[in-house]
Amino acid sequence: MGCGRVGSTIATALWKEGHQVVVLDANPESLRRLPTELQKEAIVGDGTLEEHLRNGGIENTDAFVAVSTGDTANILAGQMAKHVFQVPKVVCRIDDTARYEIYTELGLTAVSSTQMVSDLISQAVYS
Amino acid sequence: MGYHLAKALLKSEHEVFIIERSSLKSETIREELGSLVIVGDGCEEAVLKEAGTSRADVFIAATGADEDNLVACQIAKHRFQVPRTISIINNPNNEKLFVELGIDVCVSSTDIILSHIEEELPAHSLIHFMAIRGSNREVVGIRIPPDAAVVGRVLGDVPIPEDSLISFILKKDGTLMVPDSEAVLGSGDEVVAITTADGEEALREALTGAA
Repeated sequence: MGCGRVGSTIATALWKEGHQVVVLDANPESLRRLPTELQKEAIVGDGTLEEHLRNGGIENTDAFVAVSTGDTANILAGQMAKHVFQVPKVVCRIDDTARYEIYTELGLTAVSSTQMVSDLISQAVYS
Repeated sequence: MGYHLAKALLKSEHEVFIIERSSLKSETIREELGSLVIVGDGCEEAVLKEAGTSRADVFIAATGADEDNLVACQIAKHRFQVPRTISIINNPNNEKLFVELGIDVCVSSTDIILSHIEEELPAHSLIHFMAIRGSNREVVGIRIPPDAAVVGRVLGDVPIPEDSLISFILKKDGTLMVPDSEAVLGSGDEVVAITTADGEEALREALTGAA
């Protein structure tokens, strides 16, 4: 879910490794970032709606990744994937560091790009 | 919605504090209700802290975005130990998930509006009044149409499905009737019953099916 720079990069990498990937984004323009083969499989829709996730085939997926720029949408979609659809592997992008900590404690697998970029920049400054 | 809710709660003498993202809207609130509002995103821990969320008895999330309502309530609950979190739900499909995720009370605006509209439609036969929290049961009202097989018969002769319970009967003339087996059903009577989502269709058929 989410086909910005992050989403399209992950989707393309997974697809190149031979995985079957379905990308979901509310904005059809965003899907242009994908290779044409992936564009064909992509879906225009809202990842916080059960029926749109179902259309994307979430009931049979091994992993669900929510990497839109909206933290709260990623959190809702991620918890829906985990609790409603029992997807075995769910990863959410949560940029706000306080929220990242809370949801990590609550058992959601999350990645905070704010935290990671800050850490890397600090390391670069000290090295 | 939050503004009108706050106004109503203040009127019933509750202490209310509002978090509003738009500075324009919060200015209006400040002018009308006084200094009980801060500008900020209620999904952010720092904003919730500044608003004094840890002192709250109840936290209500009433935005038009379900994802924001969910996150605000979860943070209020897990970071600030608010005993009771209430979320407005815009998409009724989200209710089950929100309850599972620990939101104490979910209020589905769509369901409430729908039940009011159903009530106003002349041809309605079943209205959803409310869901009973913590169970899969619901309170419904069924109006008996003139051509129903049950018109003129006693309740004891009507095959009420096992998972349904008739609570009372509101007669067409406005009087209330206790639903014993001798109660005679008439056209236009409203039968109020407790049933399940799966059982409601059988109950509706039993009370409204044509002769």
